[in-house]
Amino acid sequence: MLKLNSINKYYNTGTVNEMCLFQDFNLSIQEGQFVSVVGSNGSGKTSMLNIICGSIPVDSGTIYMGDENITNMPEFKRLRRIGRVYQNPAMGTCPHMTILENMALADNKGKSFNLRPGTNKKRIDFYRENLKSLGLGLEDKLHVKVGVLSGGQRQAMALLMSTMTPIEFLILDEHTAALDPKTAEVIMELTDKVVKEKKLTTIMVTHNLRYAVEYGSRLIMMHQGQSVVDAAGDKKAAIKIDDLLSRFNAISIECGN
Amino acid sequence: MTLILGILEEGFIYAVMALGVYITYKILDFPDLSVDSTFPLGAAFTASAILAGVHPALTLFLSFLAGALAGCVTGFIHVKLKVRDLLSGIIVMTGLYSLNLRIAGGRANVPIFTQETIFENRFLTDHIPETVSPYTVVIILFIIAMICKILLDLYLNTRSGYLLRAVGDNESLVTSLAKDKGMVKIVGLAIANGFAALAGSIYCQHKGFFEISVGTGTIVIGLASVIIGIQLLTPENGTSLFSRLFKKELRPTTAVIAGSIIYKACISIAISMGMEANDLKLITSILFLIILVVSTERRKKVKAHA
Repeated sequence: MLKLNSINKYYNTGTVNEMCLFQDFNLSIQEGQFVSVVGSNGSGKTSMLNIICGSIPVDSGTIYMGDENITNMPEFKRLRRIGRVYQNPAMGTCPHMTILENMALADNKGKSFNLRPGTNKKRIDFYRENLKSLGLGLEDKLHVKVGVLSGGQRQAMALLMSTMTPIEFLILDEHTAALDPKTAEVIMELTDKVVKEKKLTTIMVTHNLRYAVEYGSRLIMMHQGQSVVDAAGDKKAAIKIDDLLSRFNAISIECGN
Repeated sequence: MTLILGILEEGFIYAVMALGVYITYKILDFPDLSVDSTFPLGAAFTASAILAGVHPALTLFLSFLAGALAGCVTGFIHVKLKVRDLLSGIIVMTGLYSLNLRIAGGRANVPIFTQETIFENRFLTDHIPETVSPYTVVIILFIIAMICKILLDLYLNTRSGYLLRAVGDNESLVTSLAKDKGMVKIVGLAIANGFAALAGSIYCQHKGFFEISVGTGTIVIGLASVIIGIQLLTPENGTSLFSRLFKKELRPTTAVIAGSIIYKACISIAISMGMEANDLKLITSILFLIILVVSTERRKKVKAHA
């Protein structure tokens, strides 16, 4: 379970450009929920993910992961229990290392990075099996450097790598945004499969309203640091793309766009 | 013949240091100037230790540790105190200059000609036949450079080595793996400066003296070796000269050692063509500039073809 309590976050404090993003922002996500988050640019979606992961600090408020207060925990310690896939496919893999080496790296998450061999030969078949499930033919390219793969292939690997070891939360930051429609579809289906298989509590930020409606068990729409729509269960299932679009338009008119 | 032996000897000594620069410059993407002071640190320590009666072979190991410690300081300044990479190196480089003088007993020049070293000792004079003796030094240097290379290759294939390569490649992945990227950088800098100090120790025993200014320009020599080696001999940017000639790929570490020898050969040729030894640093920097310009040209060409 994840809980954000009365989060305050200002950007450029003390300057003329001071901007309040979150004021008394609260969010609580139950275990096993798959939350889709939509919202216009600057509404605070990615900032929220960054606050959860610890990439940016909060000005006040507390963050709980389970029973643990993680407000002041450094990012790398939080990510012990979190898997994160970024919008940029290059962020989730090491371009100068081979596919096999990348898989081995991911497999070591949570273990000690000592002087034992980097690639455990006994695990190669397991990696191959995993890569095969992507259906991209990567299992035959184990010794190819990841830098020569396409964005879609890299993103698929990033998803695989971030969920390979036992984690509790999956954070998806517009992870299909940089991909062509067909590849995005493949990655999205894969995401859904992984989330269901591993029963991960998931937060997915997306600009694709169809994905937000089709996938997940809860939908949040953000605007100016507030959640303006928050529907779960049956209410979520009843939401249609048109409802979201009209909500978007209403907001845009309010803002004078 | 003496010319070639001289090139190989110098090449192997600086190759050990260049392996360190390979870690910082190529793997970590960290322009580490502290090698300019950890190289003489190894030399100063070795001179003092040998005069104090420490076994010459042991000084190699201890010099590595001293250099690693200095590398940790650079890393600490950069990672924990959040000073820019270039400046952290400069701070350590400047500070170590005084410390090196202190280690050398306050003297800028410490001769150890009369002492036993790894190149001149009773064991070698007793066991090496006359005919081989002109080549002893180069053989010993070759063995040391190879041991360093093999150890580094082995390390880079351990889990810890994977993490080191990952941090230069994609920092955010290391964070995603729940590892502190700062610590990994410190480890990398420690190993790199360990190699630099080890090279300084070998240099001191080879020349038979410590001199405070031996470190000036170390980073340039190291960078030049790494860039020559990697650009010419590895498939980093498309097909390399080496793979076109021999249909085989070189490991980057081997390429760096070869790069160091090629570089020393260029310098020797420049001097034998009538340049004075006083012009050495000028030749060094001009050669380095040429290497940099040519290597960026090559990269552009590769990009245009891709």
